[in-house]
Amino acid sequence: MYVMHEICSSVKNMKQLDFSVLVRRANQIKEELKQGVKKPYRELIDVSWGDPHRTGVKPLSFVRQVLAGCLYPQLLESNRLKVDVRQRAQRLLETCAGGSVGSYSDTAGLTQTLKKVSEFITRRDGGVPSHPDSIYISPGSQWSLTNILNILVNPEASPKTGVLVPAPSHCVTTQSILGLGAEVLPYYLTEEQGWALQVEELQRAFDSAKGVCKPFALYIINPGNPAGGVQSRKSMQEVIKFVSEKKLFLLADEVYQECVYGENVEFLSYKRVLAEMGPPLSETVELASFHSASKGLIGECGLRTGYVELVNLDPSVLKLLDNLFSTNSCAPVLGQLTLDLMINPPQPGDPSYPLFYEETQRIRTTLIQNVRQVFEVVNSLPGFSCQPVEGGVFAFPRVYIPPKAIQKAKEVGMEPDTFYCVRLLEETGVLARPGSEFGQKDGTHHIRFCIMTPQHIMEELLRRLSIFHTKFMKEFS
Amino acid sequence: MCANPPPPHTHTHTHCKYSMIFSFSRDNGTKMSQDQQAVNGVSCVSKVLTLDTMNPNVRRVEYAVRGPIVQRAVQIERELREGVKKPFTEVIKANIGDAHAMGQKPITFFRQVLALCSYPDLLEDNKFPEDAKKRARRILDACGGHSIGAYSASQGIECIRQDVARYIERRDGGIPSSPDNIYLSTGASDAIVTILKLLVCGEGRDRTGVMISIPQYPLYSAALADLAAVQISYYLDEENCWSLNVEELRRALKEAKQYCKPRVLCIINPGNPTGQVQSRQCIEDVIRFAKEEHLFLMADEVYQDNVYADGCKFHSFKKVLFEMGPEFSSTVEMASFHSTSKCYMGECGFRGGYMEVINMDPQVKAQLTKLVSVRLCPPVPGQALLELVVNPPQPDEPSYSTFMKERTAVLAALGEKARLTEETFNSVPGITCNPVQGAMYTFPCISLPQKAIDKAKEEGLIPDMFYCMKLLEEEGICLVPGSGFGQKEGTFHFRMTILPPTEKLKVVLQKIRDFHLRFTQEFS
Repeated sequence: MYVMHEICSSVKNMKQLDFSVLVRRANQIKEELKQGVKKPYRELIDVSWGDPHRTGVKPLSFVRQVLAGCLYPQLLESNRLKVDVRQRAQRLLETCAGGSVGSYSDTAGLTQTLKKVSEFITRRDGGVPSHPDSIYISPGSQWSLTNILNILVNPEASPKTGVLVPAPSHCVTTQSILGLGAEVLPYYLTEEQGWALQVEELQRAFDSAKGVCKPFALYIINPGNPAGGVQSRKSMQEVIKFVSEKKLFLLADEVYQECVYGENVEFLSYKRVLAEMGPPLSETVELASFHSASKGLIGECGLRTGYVELVNLDPSVLKLLDNLFSTNSCAPVLGQLTLDLMINPPQPGDPSYPLFYEETQRIRTTLIQNVRQVFEVVNSLPGFSCQPVEGGVFAFPRVYIPPKAIQKAKEVGMEPDTFYCVRLLEETGVLARPGSEFGQKDGTHHIRFCIMTPQHIMEELLRRLSIFHTKFMKEFS
Repeated sequence: MCANPPPPHTHTHTHCKYSMIFSFSRDNGTKMSQDQQAVNGVSCVSKVLTLDTMNPNVRRVEYAVRGPIVQRAVQIERELREGVKKPFTEVIKANIGDAHAMGQKPITFFRQVLALCSYPDLLEDNKFPEDAKKRARRILDACGGHSIGAYSASQGIECIRQDVARYIERRDGGIPSSPDNIYLSTGASDAIVTILKLLVCGEGRDRTGVMISIPQYPLYSAALADLAAVQISYYLDEENCWSLNVEELRRALKEAKQYCKPRVLCIINPGNPTGQVQSRQCIEDVIRFAKEEHLFLMADEVYQDNVYADGCKFHSFKKVLFEMGPEFSSTVEMASFHSTSKCYMGECGFRGGYMEVINMDPQVKAQLTKLVSVRLCPPVPGQALLELVVNPPQPDEPSYSTFMKERTAVLAALGEKARLTEETFNSVPGITCNPVQGAMYTFPCISLPQKAIDKAKEEGLIPDMFYCMKLLEEEGICLVPGSGFGQKEGTFHFRMTILPPTEKLKVVLQKIRDFHLRFTQEFS
């Protein structure tokens, strides 16, 4: 009889994701390919994560050179690295205890990095002030989100705490919420309107809590994941008014803020919109906004660095949140320095600037191209449609899976879009994720794939996807 | 994409029309900072998230290692930078087990490989040894897109888990270890909290009870408070070098059964803050006890290379478990934890670590997989570093001699400082210090005059916090009061790290000695 047979019920409530089946199969296929097994493709295309390096996008040279210098300061003693790289590494090392990236930082982060982050936020938000004491750097933005959720969610509460969450949404967050013993209240984004948010739908989701749980917070992702919408100021103001009226804590996941496309599309931070709405809202709405070094052009997911900025929180609560963060020791120092590099890139005139500009421009142009290509190709295929991707790093096209295929999926015990993804993987070597994991309207099916890839990868991906999709639709017609 | 590159670096002036409230200053806890902009003073509109509406468990979370005394130390550092005159020119942070902060140098080989992983163009550079390049290539091959910037699997990069398993096998005399049982983590703390999160359940009298030593590393008490688990304290024996007595375990357990369901036993070996290295017999006794009482064992072994005292040896719980035969090795459920933060590497800032789970129910493992996926993955540089720690240069490799020289020097210095610390403190009337057998700390017992205890009470401070605060203000030395770790009622201690460089440590020890004599005099 195992001691561990009894485990935390909230953990049991977390969903078992279908994706693990796909990953296992993908790893097997990788092995088979290595051993020379013949397949209709020579390499897998893994677009299942918002992970640009994984898809083949190269890290930014300046960033990696500075980090190398910080890791092995002997490099700073020769001319191997450009002078601005050396200077930056030197400066960054001086902000670390003992001049080493191997020492701990203060709980919230390196003092200098926090200062730089607050300056970045102020710049970004057209002058809205930001204070380093309101910022916590953590191993990825999800980590600080989990800490905030931890303080928001009383696991013993009856009725349970409820968190409004978009559908579709980043599944890691939903898992966190469930794991902490809270309820997820989905509010459905309107696909036909570019995944726009309707306030009426927020109201419906809020009302659905009656008798089930007590809504306490609203989580919103802007730019969206997986839905690629970017909110307008008007829409954001509606959300702010809604949370104020309903007394909800606002959690704004803004990690894709650098990834914005489209002609007249602009990212505005929730903090900025809130501040510009003036009192009383600007002084009362409690907000946590999240950003990360995982996304954007820098794409350093593996370094695990993100931060949260807290606005209008009760000081006594902040004190306790500080205690909670202190038990995590600190965020990885290498990642903290990467944050500094992200928000303070080389400037015109710096020796590293030309290469930096070239690399970032290439990624930017490719992204815009990819977005356009995906939209065109997917929408040209019958049984497939895709909203314009205004922001974020994913496409979330709708697949009109035929009834015969839905039946087949049922027979093998899979969600229809999981079935589609399994077949896609087997027949074309493309690893995408089924929409069922992210939340979608009943009866609709989607797949999610990352669009932040090198150009030739995207072309190949779309080629394989088109062929597969046409074949699939024919087979099950 | 934004057609425009990021906005230029103009600094807007700080006078602004915005009225957000910045009322929290980290140094001062709840005191208002000057940035407060609210028009009518503090807004009286009731907040959504308050002490009453928040998760009540978090209210009891404390972590003394980074607690109030450290906040004061940071404030003093700020004051020094601003030119305020003090009886000292720097604050010595002997509160936290951070070797590099105290001047310890990183291991050259490790940093070379990591630099190569960070910027692979350096693989062309002939200044890097071949063995470092080989390691870097292997790590990069295992990373998505050949970059340490890609996510890894949540459990950690497979080939690194394989190397960890092989390291464990070598360390434990050949006892098999499976990579499937290895979970890489963001420091050992992450893995410890994950297991506790998994295990804590039940209501009322069935609530999970977790046994932890007094004194303990306060991550445990913090995690237990956060999870609303029941903490079952078992006292280490100060009179006997902080040894663990199974009778004491039995006593604590028997009492606890009245109000909770004891399911977990945590042990830190080598100990923190106490530094004791458990004997093999003791480890066997603990394992036997865990089996009898049906307890999940959590063995925190992050200081496994930090053993100094003659006659002391690190025995891994797993090794002892398996050597006790199948009756135990196939039934006792256990997790052991290790990290890149301590030992001879001291790479705290990388947040590297792992746990090995033994005899875990496969269904429970499936649940564990869900939990670790919420973290996405542990920091990849930390995983890479762990790879190097478990797979260091071999005798036939070019970097071997430098590596061994550096490793030996660090451990020898620590051993010397452990001895020096024990000797010095034992020479001070009113301070008694057990031998620092291992780890990185000393936890001496200080006797405080009654007048001091009374004065502390007057100021609303626990007596050893009062003592440590005074030491900080007068000498600029930051220690952690024993109350932060737990201690027998009526006794007082502090925890000091033995990490400052030897010459500086001598000065610190001298200052503490002088302070203690002064303090005793002042309150006699």
